[in-house]
Amino acid sequence: MIEAVELSKTYGGKRAVDRLSFVVQPGIVTGFLGPNGAGKSTTFRCILGLDRPTGGQITVNGRSYHDIPAPLHEVGALLEARSVHPGRTARNHLRMLAATHGIGHARVDEMLHLVGLDDVADRRVGTFSLGMGQRLGVATALLGDPEVLLLDEPVNGLDPEGIRWIRQLLRSLADEGRTIFVSSHLMSEMAQTAEHVIVIGRGRLIADAPMHDLVAAASGAHVLVRTPMRDTLREAVTAAGWSATVVDSDGLEVLGATAAEIGELAFAHHVPVHELSAQAATLEEAYMALTADEVEYTTSTGDNR
Amino acid sequence: MTATAVHSAARPARRVSFDRVLHSEWIKFRSVRSSWLTLAITMLLVIGLGTLFTAARASRWPPHDRGELLTFDPTRISLAGVFLAQLAVGVLGVLVVTAEYSTGTIRATLTAAPRRLTVYLAKPLLFAALSLVALVPTAFAAFALGQHMLSSKHIQTTLSAPGVTRAVIGAALYLAAVGLFGVALGWLLRHTAGAISTLFGVLLILPLLAHVLPSPWDSDVNKWLPSGAGQAVFAVRADPSTFAPWTGFGVFCMYVAACLVVGAVTVLRRDA
Repeated sequence: MIEAVELSKTYGGKRAVDRLSFVVQPGIVTGFLGPNGAGKSTTFRCILGLDRPTGGQITVNGRSYHDIPAPLHEVGALLEARSVHPGRTARNHLRMLAATHGIGHARVDEMLHLVGLDDVADRRVGTFSLGMGQRLGVATALLGDPEVLLLDEPVNGLDPEGIRWIRQLLRSLADEGRTIFVSSHLMSEMAQTAEHVIVIGRGRLIADAPMHDLVAAASGAHVLVRTPMRDTLREAVTAAGWSATVVDSDGLEVLGATAAEIGELAFAHHVPVHELSAQAATLEEAYMALTADEVEYTTSTGDNR
Repeated sequence: MTATAVHSAARPARRVSFDRVLHSEWIKFRSVRSSWLTLAITMLLVIGLGTLFTAARASRWPPHDRGELLTFDPTRISLAGVFLAQLAVGVLGVLVVTAEYSTGTIRATLTAAPRRLTVYLAKPLLFAALSLVALVPTAFAAFALGQHMLSSKHIQTTLSAPGVTRAVIGAALYLAAVGLFGVALGWLLRHTAGAISTLFGVLLILPLLAHVLPSPWDSDVNKWLPSGAGQAVFAVRADPSTFAPWTGFGVFCMYVAACLVVGAVTVLRRDA
C-alpha cells in the first residue's frame, strides 16, 4: 500500500506536486495518469526517497522509504529515465544491485530469463535497444520479489508483443496480492490494464476512482442512431432540445439523450430505426475532459524532474 | 518470457548493510572498463615517467649547476611520475562518483540503498583500499627501476637510507589521497567536467599562481596549498620551505576530509 498525505514538492519556486493525497491499494493495478509535467515522475521520486518532499509525506506500507531495512524486497521500481551505466553488462547491473541485499546470482539469472534477456545478459547495456532497456528495468524492479511495484511508463519503447507481456505480467502480479502503481500517458493502455485510476494535472489531484466509474462519469457520452429517414429524425431530435450531428448518409450522433428516449421519439414520429446504440466515452475522452484545463503549454519536455 | 517465475528464492528478509553496499561498489568498480584503464594509466605514469626522468638525469650526470648537485634527491626523481599520475588517479576518483550521476545509475543505487551515508562512505573506503593495493607496489617498482638507472653513476640510494621507505610509501599515500580528493569533489559537484577542472585547478594552477607572489609569500602560500603540503611526504631531503613529511601529509588529509564532510552534508540534503 502506498499512501500520500498532502504531498508537495517545489523545485526552485515551481510547484511540481501540490498537496496530493491518495492511497494505492494492494491486489489491483492502479493507473497514474496525467499530461507531461503533471508531477507523476516527481511523485515516484518522492516515494523512492530520491527527492525530499517540501511538504506532507508519502509512505510505503506505513513507512517512509528511508526507513525500510531491505527496500528491494518491499518496493520495486522502474523509472522512466534510464538508470544504467551503458558500459556495464545487464548481468553486472543486476548483480551490483543484488549485492546490496545479499541476493544471490541464481536470482539474477532467473530475472534475466524472466524478461527474456538471457542471450544478451553479458552484453554492455549501451548496445541495448529501448525495448531491451525496458526489459532490464523490469528485471531490476522484480529482483527483490517486492510487494509494491512502481512503474513509470513501462510500455515505452516496447513492441506489441512486449506490451502484451507487460500487461499480463502486471495482472498476474496484482493477482498475487501485490500493489501495482503504473504511470502512463497512453490512455488506451491504462484502459486495458488498470482497475483504478488516479489522475493528476499540474501536481494536483483531479480524479481518484475505479476505471469504469471514471469512464461512465465522463461527459461526451452519446447515442448513435441509424435510420433511412435521417433528416426527419434529426429535426425531431433538435426540436426536443438535444443536439444531433450527421455521421454519414443514415447515421446520427445524438448528445444529451439516452438511447431509450431516442427510441421513443423515433416511434412517435414513425421513423424506422435500424440501429440504436449508446456509445460509452472512452477513457481517452474522460481523460481529455478532466485535464483540458490542466495541460501545461510549455515547450520544455517536462516530465523528467 | 512467462509471468510465472516471479516468486521464488529472493526472499528471506535480508537487510542492506555497509559491507553489502561495499561489495556492490566493488562490483560496480570492476564491471566498467574505464576503471581498469584509468588505474592502469596511473600505474604506467608512475613507473614510466619515473624511469624516463631518472634515465635522463643519469645520462647527464654530473650536472653543470652546483646547486642542482646539492639538492639532488635520488628517491624523489625516481618518483617524479607521481606529478602526472596524480591527475589520472584524481580523474578515477571523480569518475567513481560522477559516472553514477551522468548515467543515472545513482537512482538505482540509492533506490537499493536509500541510506545515503552508507553509499557515500563506501565509495571512498573502497577507493582508498583499491588504490593502495595497486599503487604501493607501483611506487616500489618505480623506485627500484629508478635506482637501477642511477646505479650506473653510483648515485643511487637504498630503502634502508633514512626517510626513503617512508617517501616511497608516501608517494602511494599521496596518490590515494588525491584520488579521495577526486571522490569528494565528485560528490560535491556531481559533474565530471566541473569536478575534474576543480581538481586540476587546485593541484596545478594554484601552485603556479603562488609562484607569482613576491617572496616570502610564495613559499608560505605554497607550503599550505594541498599540493605543496601533500607532496612533502615523498621528499627525502628536508626542505625548510615546506612542512615536515607527515605534518604536510596530515594537512593535505585535513583538506580532503573537509571536502568529504561538506560533500556528505550536501548529498544528504540534496535531491538525487
